[in-house]
This record gives sequence, C-alpha cells and structure tokens, in this order.
Amino acid sequence: MKIVVCIKQVPDTTEIKIDPKTGTLIREGVPSIINPDDKGGLEMALQLKEEKGAHITVITMGPPQADLILREAFAMGADRAIHLTDRKFAGADTLATSYALAGALKKLDFDLLITGRQAIDGDTAQVGPQIAEHLDLPQVSYLEDLKFDGEKTFTMKRHIEEGYQILEVEAPCVVTVLSSANTPRYMSVGGIVDAYQKEVEVWGKDQIDVDETLLGLKGSPTSVHKAFARGLKPAGELYEVDTDEAVGIIINKMKEKFIL
Amino acid sequence: MNFSLTKEQELFQQMIRDFAENEVKPLAAEVDEQERFPIETVEKMAKIGIMGIPIPKQYGGAGGNNLMYSMAVEELSAVCGTTGVIVSAHTSLCAAPILEHGTEEQKQKYLPKLASGEWIGAFGLTEPNAGTDAAGQQTTAVEDGDNYIINGSKIFITNAEYAHVYVIFAMTDKSQGTRGITAFIIEKGTPGFSFGKKEKKMGIKGSATNELIFENCVLPKTNMLGKLSKGFGIAMKTLDGGRIGIAAQALGLAQGAINETVKYVKERKQFGRAISAFQNTQFQLADMNTKTEASRMLVRKAAYKKDNKIAYSVDAAMAKLYAAETAMEVTNKAVQLHGGYGYTREYPVERMMRDAKITEIYEGTSEVQRMVISANMLK
Ligand SMILES: Cc1cc2nc3c(=O)[nH]c(=O)nc-3n(C[C@H](O)[C@H](O)[C@H](O)COP(=O)(O)OP(=O)(O)OC[C@H]3O[C@@H](n4cnc5c(N)ncnc54)[C@H](O)[C@@H]3O)c2cc1C
Ligand SMILES: Cc1cc2nc3c(=O)[nH]c(=O)nc-3n(C[C@H](O)[C@H](O)[C@H](O)COP(=O)(O)OP(=O)(O)OC[C@H]3O[C@@H](n4cnc5c(N)ncnc54)[C@H](O)[C@@H]3O)c2cc1C
Repeated sequence: MKIVVCIKQVPDTTEIKIDPKTGTLIREGVPSIINPDDKGGLEMALQLKEEKGAHITVITMGPPQADLILREAFAMGADRAIHLTDRKFAGADTLATSYALAGALKKLDFDLLITGRQAIDGDTAQVGPQIAEHLDLPQVSYLEDLKFDGEKTFTMKRHIEEGYQILEVEAPCVVTVLSSANTPRYMSVGGIVDAYQKEVEVWGKDQIDVDETLLGLKGSPTSVHKAFARGLKPAGELYEVDTDEAVGIIINKMKEKFIL
Repeated sequence: MNFSLTKEQELFQQMIRDFAENEVKPLAAEVDEQERFPIETVEKMAKIGIMGIPIPKQYGGAGGNNLMYSMAVEELSAVCGTTGVIVSAHTSLCAAPILEHGTEEQKQKYLPKLASGEWIGAFGLTEPNAGTDAAGQQTTAVEDGDNYIINGSKIFITNAEYAHVYVIFAMTDKSQGTRGITAFIIEKGTPGFSFGKKEKKMGIKGSATNELIFENCVLPKTNMLGKLSKGFGIAMKTLDGGRIGIAAQALGLAQGAINETVKYVKERKQFGRAISAFQNTQFQLADMNTKTEASRMLVRKAAYKKDNKIAYSVDAAMAKLYAAETAMEVTNKAVQLHGGYGYTREYPVERMMRDAKITEIYEGTSEVQRMVISANMLK
C-alpha cells in the first residue's frame, strides 16, 4: 500500500501572536513543531505500515525551515519526503495551499492520503477536504481509527458530535485525522542518525501540475481584513436570590441579548 | 572550532528532552522512594534505540556517536539520576568493551541484544579489597581444558540482577600482578554465578547495586574478552569511556537542579518579594550556571575527542572530576536556595543532592581523576 501524509509546520504554542499591522502570524522566536493532528496522521500511517506493510511519503508546503519536520518524519519512520517550496507559493490561503498540494499529489501514486483535521495556527480544517475536491477523491474527515483489510477496503471510525460513524471506504481516498486517534511514537535514535543522510526532494512550482495564477497570494481569494485578540470578558454578575427570581433574571438577560 | 550542535544533534536533543520530560521525570521520585529499578523505562528506551546509541548499525545499534550518547545521559540525569546511570553502565561499561575488544563472534552474539535493549549490560571490576587499587584483584580464573573456572566475588555492581551479560575481571596469573588480569564475558544463569546482597544506598536508589558471586563457575575459553593477561588495560580503557558517561550524569544532575531552582526562586516570596530579587540568589545562580556550562564543555570535548579517535583519557578524567564536583556543589546550593522545603522530599533537589554524591566516587574517585590528570602533567 502507498500512503501519503500531508504535514504542516506550526508554531508550538496555543497563544499565537498576530502582527496587529498585517494581521498575519508572528512566527519568529516560537519553536516549530509538526501540527499535532498531522503527527497523529503520520502515526496512523506508521501503524498501518507495521501491520500490513506500506510505503509512506510525507509532503509539506512551507518555507525552507519546514525541512525540519520532514527530517522528524524520517526519524519516526517515513520512507520518502517531499518539500514544496517556492516564492510563488507564499501568502497562500487555504484554497491556494490545497491547490498547490493537490498539484504535487497528482504526481504521486497512492492508495491513501492522510491529512490532519486542522492546523493549530490556521485552524480552518479546510485543506484536507479541499485537496480531496481538487483530486476528485472520496473523503472522510475527523478520523479516530482506521483499519485496512489488506486488499482495497478501509474501515474507518469517524468522530462526530453525537458519537461515532463506522464507514467502509475503498482506496484511493482522503482522510483527515484527529490527534486523539493515537499517541505518536518518539523519533528513534537510529532514525535521527539517518534522517539527515536521506534526501528530501525539493519541488518548486515547475515540478508540479498547476496553473501559476492560482498559486500563493495571487491565487488566494481570502484577504484578512482585520485580526485581533479577543478582549477579556468582564466579570459576571452575581445575584443571591431564590430560584423563581433567578429564572426571571435569566430570562430577562436572554431577552436583552436577543437569545430569546 | 565550532561550538554549535549539528541539526541532527539538535533534533536528537529535542527528542531526548521530550522523552525525559514525559516518560522519565514522572517516575523519578517514586523510583527513588521505593528503591525500584525502573524496568518499564528501560523497555521504552530500548524501543527507540537509547540502549544502543554509539553502537554501529551493523551490530543493531543506532549508529550514533559518543557525543549523542553523552547528551542522552545528561538529559536523562537532569530528571532522574538513576536512569542516567543505568544507560551509562550498560553502554560504556559493557557494550563498549565488547565492541572494542570482542571477537567478531562475540560482537555478533552480544551487541545486537545489548544495543536493542533486550539485554542489559554490567561491569564487574571492584572487589571488597580492590577498589581504587583495582590491581588487587582476588577473583581467580583457572584454566581447565577448554574452560576457565572462576572463583571470587565483585561488589557494588550496577545493573546487577537486572543485567543479562557482564564484563568481569579475574586473575589468570597471580604472580604477574596487573599483567595477570584477564577480562571475561559472563551471562546471567551461568552455573556457579549468583548474586549477593543488594546495597542500601544514599542516592541513585532505583539503580540496582549488588554483589556478584562466582563459585566454581565454568566459563568456556571463547568467553575471554581480549587477550589473555590484557584485562587490566581493557578495564582502564573501558573506565576512560565510562567517565564520559558519569561526567554527563553529573552534568545532568547539576542542570536539573538549576532548572528546579530557577523555577522555585521566582515563585517563593519572602520579605514581600520573590527570593530571586535578592542579589545573593542571583549570584549563586550565576555561579551554578557558569560551572555547569564549563562542565558541559569538558564533557563534550572529551566525547568529541573519543568520536574522532584522539587520545581522550585525560579529558575524560577532567570532565568527570569537574562535572562531579560541580554537581555536588550545585545541588547543595540548590537545596540551600530552596530553604527548608529543599530539605524535604516535596522537591526534587533533595534527591538530586543525594544522587550527585556518587559521581565523585564511582568509575574512579575524584582523587583518582586528579592522579590521572597530574600524572600526565608530570610524566
Ligand atoms: C484567513 C486566513 C488568512 C491567511 N493568510 C495568510 C497569509 O497572509 N500568509 C500566509 O503565509 N498564510 C496565510 N494563511 C495561511 C494558512 O494557514 C495556510 O494556507 C495553511 O496551510 C492552510 O490552512 P490551515 O492552517 O487552516 O490548515 P487546515 O486546513 O486547518 O489544515 C488541515 C490539514 O491540511 C494539511 N495542510 C495544511 N497546510 C499544509 C501545508 N502547508 N503543507 C502540507 N499539509 C498542509 C495538514 O495535514 C493539516 O492538518 C491564512 C489562512 C487563513 C485562514
Ligand atoms: C553505587 C555504586 C555503584 C558502583 N558500580 C560499580 C560497577 O558497576 N562496577 C564496578 O566494578 N564497580 C562499581 N562501583 C565501585 C566503585 O567504582 C568503587 O567504590 C570506587 O572505585 C572506590 O573504591 P572503594 O569503594 O573500594 O574505595 P577505596 O578505594 O577504599 O577509597 C576510599 C578513599 O580513599 C581514597 N584513596 C584510595 N587510594 C588512594 C590513593 N592512592 N591516593 C589518594 N586517595 C586514595 C579514595 O579516593 C577514597 O576517597 C560502584 C560503587 C557504588 C557505590
């Protein structure tokens, strides 16, 4: 089986600072990691490899520093790594990102494409599903578990608000994975020693199947109007009253806020 | 001259720190309190290759180097001194001499099992009457056809009952003194080989320390490590390498104590302000950090020289001497800066101070390191 995992380098913090002038993320000085959902996706691929045998390719689109997460993926057990990097990709929103990734994925042969559910910096959860649309492949999002019958069929456990769905899907397909699906392994020492001896394939726009005008900032219909940190909520109001009176106060408050 | 880690070493440091923080640190207090060998940690370390860092890939190791190995012992010891010495004794004192002096057959037989962590290694040199004076070996190995018959005992042996393979030393010719000592590889379960009492220790309490007893223990000649009568040299060379590991353990303990202390002095308030606001606290911290960083430079220099096949025995002695004395001083100061709380087991610095003391004693006391260093100056 051939598996491709999309991984993204993200700043290691939940408190992302935003440049008030440009509305974009300030990445300087923040350590970078593999996006947690993507690491869960890579672990899922590695477990499939151990159980059924598989060849795993990891791919990322990002600046030159993103090389680090591909080395980390090698050290965890990935077989091949592709780094999409080109000035023309810069400033991409989710559509332009998924378009470029899809352009690269068209060059690869795979039975299963894994992405994370969402990146902790952008948090849109759009890239995985968009890739599936660009490639016209079936997609299942929010995976907690996945089994392969060894031939063509995957059995998937999909996390939904009310519980779970169990689905059977045939290869090739796209899935988006939750970090809660598993506990990713540590890089192995031997894997780290090899990671910098292996080759990361670097692809620019000319190596992939895309229309240049749909890439990067130019190809991004999203424009950030304003980004701001949400202010602190004021302290709540406290009433010491009996139940009947309390219900009255709550109903009035809800009417005030147009909830009722 | 280059003081930076390579990208590979940085990635390694990130992994080992994560591992130490998430897998080792949570058990450290319990392992100490219960004097329990953390076998589950060894299994986890084995899985990702920490038990075979400097062993070449062809023998099932990770194919890393001594610098990486020293970084691993440092990071593990920063959260748990016990775990640091388990890895150090296993790697430096058992796998390394087999790699360096073993026959191809011995390497094939033992290294893959040791490097994968399936087996743990140990080293038996010290005897009740042969400590610093290691030449005073009383354990004997008497030739008997294709075998040697071993009689005697070893004390204070790290990893003891938890190990599967031991590099030991015995007199094959008492009349020859150090030139009559030979090294052997012995497996657990060999008839006539048993364990004596378990030591109750001040620190590194989770590390197993026992006596090894040999009573008419029959060892095939193929278990001789290196050549007949070359054991003393093998022991000394092995200890040179081991000192890098113990220096790294001491370094880790010092760094771990600093990490805890920096956190504590910012939180603890007296006289209406954090105790970090007092100049005494600041100056103590500055001294602790400077000496620890100096230890790190010595450790890495010794490891670098070993990796590059440059004579490193004096460097290893300096690294161990300085890092061990620094660990003792720094952990002592760490307890002092924690006040009464530091004297209790509520805070890890109490354990770190107890753990630090052993680094001045085993694999050559600080006095021995001074002998090695000065002998080289005066020769
Ligand atoms: C409103 C908005 C404005 C933005 N503006 C800018 C901007 O001005 N400049 C700029 O540089 N970026 C900008 N971005 C960056 C945006 O974060 C990237 O396009 C990002 O790669 C995709 O969005 P996401 O992080 O929400 O990923 P999600 O859709 O949440 O990610 C889902 C999964 O897709 C995969 N994936 C996502 N991105 C990549 C990747 N690059 N490589 C490999 N796999 C990937 C991962 O598996 C990930 O888990 C903007 C995003 C948004 C939402
Ligand atoms: C927890 C622990 C684990 C150990 N693990 C191992 C192991 O795995 N394998 C192993 O073989 N051994 C091990 N040892 C033994 C250790 O290496 C010895 O304890 C150490 O070498 C000192 O020997 P000794 O205890 O006999 O002290 P002694 O040699 O009796 O020393 C006592 C004091 O005299 C000093 N001294 C001795 N000779 C001189 C001299 N010529 N000049 C100046 N001062 C001198 C010493 O420095 C020391 O301060 C371990 C010990 C401990 C406590």
